[in-house]
Amino acid sequence: MLEILEHYLSLATKSIFIENILLAYFLGMCSFLAISKKVETSIGLGIAVIFVNGITVPLNWLIKTYLLMPGALTWTGISGMDAVDLSFLTFITFIATIAASVQLVEMLLDKFSPSLYNSLGIFLPLIAVNCAILGSSLFMNERGYNLAESTVFGISSGIGFAMAIVMMSAIRFKLKYSNVPDGLKGLGITMILTGLLSMAYLSFSGIQL
Amino acid sequence: MSIRKNIVFSDPIISNNPITRQVLGICSALAVTVKVDSAIVMAFALTFVLVGSNTIISILRKKIPSNVRIIVQLTIIATLVIMTDQLLKAFLFDISKQLSVFVGLIITNCIVMGRAEAFAMQNSLKDSLLDGLGNGIGYGAVLIIVAIIREFLGSGSIMNINLLPASMYVENGGWYVNNGLMLLAPGAFIVLGLLIWIQRTVTNYTEE
Repeated sequence: MLEILEHYLSLATKSIFIENILLAYFLGMCSFLAISKKVETSIGLGIAVIFVNGITVPLNWLIKTYLLMPGALTWTGISGMDAVDLSFLTFITFIATIAASVQLVEMLLDKFSPSLYNSLGIFLPLIAVNCAILGSSLFMNERGYNLAESTVFGISSGIGFAMAIVMMSAIRFKLKYSNVPDGLKGLGITMILTGLLSMAYLSFSGIQL
Repeated sequence: MSIRKNIVFSDPIISNNPITRQVLGICSALAVTVKVDSAIVMAFALTFVLVGSNTIISILRKKIPSNVRIIVQLTIIATLVIMTDQLLKAFLFDISKQLSVFVGLIITNCIVMGRAEAFAMQNSLKDSLLDGLGNGIGYGAVLIIVAIIREFLGSGSIMNINLLPASMYVENGGWYVNNGLMLLAPGAFIVLGLLIWIQRTVTNYTEE
């Protein structure tokens, strides 16, 4: 029991700190750069990413395992189905699942929790084209996680993204009072700061749980 | 008209570059630039998808209902990306392994979506085609420059050809050590940040 817990804990630590989806794999940079100007909006986007990532990664795992993998359709019982390989459809089904679940989450939140819906606001639709979400699903596919692992991976890579974006927005808030060279203002200095942040995250790389 | 075409094509290459000015498509620009050859393949793959999606969306622009346009655009882009991925797996398997998930991530690359939404939905076929080509080349140029800097400083080679004499290295009694940081994530961020600084100083652009 303890060993299983340890396995998931180490997977979570790995995807939050050591292999941070944003600072080590560069996924979700576009929204990271665009949204990290204000702390409140960054927290909103961060929560939305954790939420959607925690739903879509396991959902895509189910779709991959029961519909797309070579021989995945054997459970239908139709003869000849075990020779079918639909894995070339991975990208299009993953992105469709993500777009559909974002839409669904949006509608459910609007109905059952209007306050959370209002605070997430415009970020939910934006998430459908966030590379961090599709990237997590593709990593799940490439690394061959099982269902429990992909749930843990989805949630914790969302947490990693949220932490990085909140940290960055706090730094950018302080940056308003500093005198940055003209050409470096905005995107340039943000890139360099992200580099320093990711250098700081490198120091986690020795951690083994 | 010919002047306008020229601008549509050449503007995104230097002055309105998709990465350094429009802030689009940063994810893949950073991730695939450890080696020059993977950067070149990625640049071609993205240009192919971008030209294809701009062309198709521009042809269909009057037929796409505006409330479902995002999903239509995503479907067109995803189809083109699947084609690219299958072609890469068939002919360039090693590089396709190196690029790993980043070929699939062209789907959510902001350049493709951004140009489809901002340009191809309003403009004629020829202009959209040129815009796609121009943005693809602009993206590729930045990618290859970053990759040359990172591969040279990080592994002392370009296109896997060693440029520094072996006797220069510490293990052979020399004084030089490769800068391993360049191959890691921080190197990518900092090189791109400096490149943005140079591009914006040259084109005289300041962000508010």
